[in-house]
Amino acid sequence: MSEAVPLSLTINGERQQVWIEPRLSLADLLRHHLRLTGTHVGCEMGSCGACLVVQDGRVVHSCLSLAVQAEGSSIQTIEGLSESGVIADLQAAFHERNALQCGFCTPGMLMTAHELLTKTPSPTREAIRDALSGNFCRCTGYEAIVDAIETTAMRRAGTHA
Amino acid sequence: MTAPLSPLDRPNSYIGKALPRPNAKRLLAGRGRFTDDMHLPRMLHAAFTRSPYAHAKIVSIDVEEARAMPGVRLVATGADLAKLCTPWVGALLHFSGMKSPPQYPLAMERALWAGEPIVAVLADTRAQAEDAAERVNIVFEDLPPIVDIDLACASGATPLHEGMADNISFKTTIESGEVGAAFAEAAEIVEAELTFGRHTPVTLEPRTILADFEPGERSLTVHHSTQTPYQFQDIFSRHFGLDESRVRVIAGDVGGSFGMKLHVYPEDMATVALSILSERPVKYVADRGESFLNDIHLRDHRVRAKLALASDGAFLAMRVEDDTAIGAYSAYPRTSAVEGNQVVRLMGAPYKITNYKADLNVIFQNKAQTSQYRGVGHPIACAATERLVDLAARKLGIDPFEIRRRNYVTSDMYPHTTASGYRFERLSLDECLTKLHRLMNYPALRAEQAALRERGIYRGIGLATYVEITNPSPAFYGIGGAHISAQDGCVLKVTPSGEIQCAISVAEQGQGTETIIGQIVADVMGVDRMRVRVTTGDTETTPHGGANWACRGAGIGGETALQTARKLKANVLAVAGVILQMSPDALDISEGAVIERATGAPRMGLGELAALVYFRSDTLPPDAQANLTVAHHFAPKGFPFAFTNGIHASLVEVDVETGFVKLLKHWVVEDCGRVINPLLVNEQVRGGVVQGLGAALFEECLYDDQGQLLNGSLADYLVPMACEMPDIVIDHVETPTLDTELGAKGCGEAGTSAASGAALNAVNDALTPFETEISQIPMTPQRVLRALGAV
Repeated sequence: MSEAVPLSLTINGERQQVWIEPRLSLADLLRHHLRLTGTHVGCEMGSCGACLVVQDGRVVHSCLSLAVQAEGSSIQTIEGLSESGVIADLQAAFHERNALQCGFCTPGMLMTAHELLTKTPSPTREAIRDALSGNFCRCTGYEAIVDAIETTAMRRAGTHA
Repeated sequence: MTAPLSPLDRPNSYIGKALPRPNAKRLLAGRGRFTDDMHLPRMLHAAFTRSPYAHAKIVSIDVEEARAMPGVRLVATGADLAKLCTPWVGALLHFSGMKSPPQYPLAMERALWAGEPIVAVLADTRAQAEDAAERVNIVFEDLPPIVDIDLACASGATPLHEGMADNISFKTTIESGEVGAAFAEAAEIVEAELTFGRHTPVTLEPRTILADFEPGERSLTVHHSTQTPYQFQDIFSRHFGLDESRVRVIAGDVGGSFGMKLHVYPEDMATVALSILSERPVKYVADRGESFLNDIHLRDHRVRAKLALASDGAFLAMRVEDDTAIGAYSAYPRTSAVEGNQVVRLMGAPYKITNYKADLNVIFQNKAQTSQYRGVGHPIACAATERLVDLAARKLGIDPFEIRRRNYVTSDMYPHTTASGYRFERLSLDECLTKLHRLMNYPALRAEQAALRERGIYRGIGLATYVEITNPSPAFYGIGGAHISAQDGCVLKVTPSGEIQCAISVAEQGQGTETIIGQIVADVMGVDRMRVRVTTGDTETTPHGGANWACRGAGIGGETALQTARKLKANVLAVAGVILQMSPDALDISEGAVIERATGAPRMGLGELAALVYFRSDTLPPDAQANLTVAHHFAPKGFPFAFTNGIHASLVEVDVETGFVKLLKHWVVEDCGRVINPLLVNEQVRGGVVQGLGAALFEECLYDDQGQLLNGSLADYLVPMACEMPDIVIDHVETPTLDTELGAKGCGEAGTSAASGAALNAVNDALTPFETEISQIPMTPQRVLRALGAV
């Protein structure tokens, strides 16, 4: 353990200045210091995808990043993406299709889906399943999630009612 | 399809409609409130020092260095916590002769599995608590572990527990008819020895508990990621000597449970004890490694079974031996014997088998506990039975569909009692089989399979018929002395503005309990479902009930809500009759208003009525008694269980060069009685199927011969991911139970119950040209290649 160090970064558009232990993970900073509890921790080793956040435009595992590595960066969590409305259609499609059960994996799933549709606006079902290969869901069996992402892609392309 | 309870096109008709879950929106916005999201003033964090050995004597414990670490507020040993918490024993009275030793929050003289907690540390942060836990110095004397089930049962094996003669926790034999004679007369006999790997639930949210003891009132509030808050209220009260009325258990959002979050874990009891000791809130969150070590494991069976056949394919008799290893202690309060007990009682259940004998051995060893998890015994019984059925079909040259049809319990046999004593009200085995045959276009798949085989592509089709225990009565646990309720309670209240609040004792972990309860209440009360608010999961604000286990939420909880809503509706109409000077029988409620039954003419809104009752009771006649709050309980009656049934089919492709199995498609035809919400039923089935497919292909807790778990992380333990799973086609047959008005049975476990058996048969079907078979799950590439003789 060592002395606390200063950290400043932007989270969901809000500037944050905090003192943290150097060993603190980005996930723990978000959850336990800033109380942004929509980001979840499932495996603490980058396997399950529950902790995904957007850092400077890229989706990263917040459990594998040290908070100090995020100095000066801009982070979007599920709270920020929700409030900005950019994934409102994805969230609506997940809701209609019941593409979540317990909801613990859901913020991470939405991060992956958001990144996929940003890069690949019309993915095949296989490509959607492939993109989700780092997101573990124990409840749904995945098919409804694939359906919801596919529906959102088609709606955005104007090919789906 | 059966007719709905009321026409689906009338206003506020919700039973039978596919509707999304109102409570899912906040989860989608990252606004869930899981237990680890809670933060209480002066809260401390717990971490544990654990046994590195599977079996060791604890010679001495030195906590001084840990106590001096930064942020540490308290360090406690087993002896410290045993003063606060009475030990528990995982045995039930109706499992005659069952034994298990007393278990304490922390290990006392010996550690009995690798990962067993021995010392607890409380600190200001979790990281500080973990740092200090590493500075606890324990001197161990390692002892030989019991790992292998045959060695555990060998004559002369050292008993794991003092005072016990052997390592058998429970054994039972079930016998019916003339098994020996039937085998002697059989035209053919097929047999199999099947091994089912030990796996673990891997709920994405780990076990989490936040205990808050208030010393002034001696009250305890526990925020707990559990599916059975009422059971834990009872347990915390009894084992800590607290008044039950002052123990409150709150299950907020729960990130998956599947049966894993209804057992007592040492860390749960330790966390409560630590809050009592420190008089501060204490939180414990299992990390993933701790989850692998100490969440209950499941399955771990070796089943030897054989089936006697007549030359026409009729099943004459079945013989079963199940050996199952459960770890060092039987789980509390439900025991670790229920799974094995259900295996030996469910084998062959869908078929006309009267000559039946089964032996069960439940065995202690130095590993993590196994106990109930989604499906409880069903996946083992289903896979073993269905493997024998496919072997019989192959031996006699009968199609797998046909041999099942010939041997199913038939529609003229209900009510039917199986050889093991289970009673079926009515199943739809043949209808489901017929529907599946059409749904999957079976002849076309067989033609395709044959054509592809010519090209060296090996596909297989596997079937698995299941029956499933749902809507359990007290026959399950109550008669065994466990304080586990089979009944549920519901309180319904009309608010002054005419909305409905519902507090009910079935719980929500994402399966949609609150949604279907809301649908039922709104349907009966004649209001928009968005004007019904359902709350669950808090022992202080909801009636006592069973909560969630064994597929009971829709069947028992739903019926409770239905009956309660009917009582409330009668009360509303009684008051309306007084106000409107009409007979209540001439009135009804629709779209939130009291209407004239004959004409449909609205007479007054529910809000208008409630406002009169609550604010202007002076305007009501003196004898008018307005009860706009109703409490009602329902306990299942009639058959001890409402059995569901169905059939799965799996289509796989086996790469005979690499041993990889690709899941191409999966079909399910299921009958859970009345479907309240088809959207939610289908997703329960899909999620369950994928858990079963994980068991079939990937999931296994691997131990070495010293009892060390070798793959306790999500990098090493494989779970099914999106890219490996097939699309799943689902259809329904509806045979409502007549034991309730609602007619619903459970649907949550059937997917898991049959998926692994269907996949096992499918892979074996694919391997047919090689005249080999695989009889172990998970069917890893290595095991497939071994079956092919390639390694």
